[in-house]
Amino acid sequence: MNFRPADDTSAATALEIKGVSKAFGRFPALKSVSLQAREREFLALLGPSGSGKTTLLRVLAGLETPDSGEVRFGGEDFLALPVRRRRVGMVFQHYALFRHMTVAQNIAFGLTVRKAAERPSKSEIADRVNNLLQLVQLEGLDKRYPSQLSGGQRQRVALARALAIEPRMLLLDEPFGALDAQVRRELRRWLRELHDRAGVTTVFVTHDQEEALDLADRVAILKDGELVQLGTPNEVYENPADPFVFDFLGQTCRMPGVVAQGRLQVADWVSEAPAGAPQGAVEVFFRPDEVSFGAPDAPGLLAQVKGVAQRGPDVRIDCRVGEADVEFQAHGPTLPQGVGAGRSVRVLPLRPQVYAA
Amino acid sequence: MNPAVRLPGFAPLMLLGALAVLGLLIVLPLGVVFQQALSQGLGRYLEPLTHPDSLAAIRLTLLVAAISVPLNAVFGVAAAWAIARFEFRGKSLLVTFIDLPFSMSPVVSGLVWVLLFGAQGWFGPWLMEHNVKIIFATSGLVLATVLVTLPFVARELIPLMQDQGADEEAAALTLGAGGWTTFRRVTLPNIRWALLYGVLLCNARAMGEFGAVSVVSGSIRGQTTTLPLHVEVLYNDYEFVGAFAAASVLAGLGLVTLVLKSFLEWRHSGELSASRRH
Repeated sequence: MNFRPADDTSAATALEIKGVSKAFGRFPALKSVSLQAREREFLALLGPSGSGKTTLLRVLAGLETPDSGEVRFGGEDFLALPVRRRRVGMVFQHYALFRHMTVAQNIAFGLTVRKAAERPSKSEIADRVNNLLQLVQLEGLDKRYPSQLSGGQRQRVALARALAIEPRMLLLDEPFGALDAQVRRELRRWLRELHDRAGVTTVFVTHDQEEALDLADRVAILKDGELVQLGTPNEVYENPADPFVFDFLGQTCRMPGVVAQGRLQVADWVSEAPAGAPQGAVEVFFRPDEVSFGAPDAPGLLAQVKGVAQRGPDVRIDCRVGEADVEFQAHGPTLPQGVGAGRSVRVLPLRPQVYAA
Repeated sequence: MNPAVRLPGFAPLMLLGALAVLGLLIVLPLGVVFQQALSQGLGRYLEPLTHPDSLAAIRLTLLVAAISVPLNAVFGVAAAWAIARFEFRGKSLLVTFIDLPFSMSPVVSGLVWVLLFGAQGWFGPWLMEHNVKIIFATSGLVLATVLVTLPFVARELIPLMQDQGADEEAAALTLGAGGWTTFRRVTLPNIRWALLYGVLLCNARAMGEFGAVSVVSGSIRGQTTTLPLHVEVLYNDYEFVGAFAAASVLAGLGLVTLVLKSFLEWRHSGELSASRRH
């Protein structure tokens, strides 16, 4: 196998998706989606169920044909190629291992189905299978059947099988979806390392924002078949394009406000409006833990603390702000200064986002 | 069964009742078949079986099964694949039609061919002109048998293939396999035991079918009588030993099928459709 260190600075565009639309009957699954992935990039397609992310992945694999649009890979028209000539390694959500084949036979499958002229010799195939088993840390399990493996092991076999054909692109459909939380976190790290070593452009689908933000070089957020935002994890987290993205990427406090003459007013708190904020009635979004607490004469929203609850490392602070109940969060073993049930505090959102109402 | 569960007091009575019914309706008649067949010794038992008409009937039965079972296996796999893998207009109609022979009297399944290809049928005159014989000939028997046994393989495969989903086939395609390779190396191995199960039931029915074939057969001895028809012919001639001897062959076939079927259910239950799992 050809392992190269990941080198992002010199990367050219590998995958180019232009205006791809796809409808199932009268249900539009994808509406003119356009995006690019760079060579050796790890791109996450993030969205709730029904957002079209899996459909897009299957279009890339060739398992679905878009109604319109273009898909190019390395400059080549990908849509003109049938599935089996695209050389994409796909890992399915439920792994789709061949149940009647052993682990070794599963991994070798993509090599053994090649035409005689292009097929490696038996010993070459055996060597390749052994290398891959080593890579996915499953040595010694080559004679097992899929039904005799744990979920995490199956997933690694599926990955080895996809890598065996030396894919030009790796597609992962909810790679951690069927695993429990502990295994999930371990495999996440490992998958990222594997991607960096294999140096293959990887597109993966997930509905878990934490996973996408933790793992990907860039995140494409989809909603109802449309691309809403594309950017690095930091960009999308710190500058969500719209209320949907903000809400989808983490816990959210939202309050109505008004922007006028460069000032933003939320309840009794008036501050300078962020640059580029829309005028008039707005919705103000902020994270429940991105706030600072101050004395009642400090700037911020006046809040009546109704209750405080310790939850593991976090503290939940239930407050009444104006007419609304709002839940804030603080980290660490001690409560922020001045906070306690029944007391009044000022809560200052540190990074409020303002969207038109 | 959970050993902690105690059977209610009347359970032995119900069990006895069930056994009595079973004995009266199944074991007793089956015993009678063999008892009658062997009533005048092994020699008299084998004699009617080796009669040329009997041999012809056995041959014809095997021939009809040998043609109609593979036809149904191919149809069953194709139909199940289409139904389990694709969405298309009229799909539920197709599923309903596959079941039709189960709900329709076999006599009707025979009669339709007479109405189509018989001397008075739609295509009768044309066939007569071209000297093609379907009714009262082997091809008619095959047609009737195929129609009656149509659901067996497809019914067995559809739920299994729906259950297994298309992901493995999709995976094979992404790994570079062509359509035929995918079918041969992924689809077929996944359904092989269920297919065998369906073929087994289909075969038992194909060899044992009476109603539909009797309509199209015309019961020409030594030519168009299959084994079940042969039993009736002999019985109507008061050749009871011969009739029971022929019947015992059919009964034996049924028992072999039952054993094989039970073996499949026991050994490969995971690869049969869910309704067959024990």
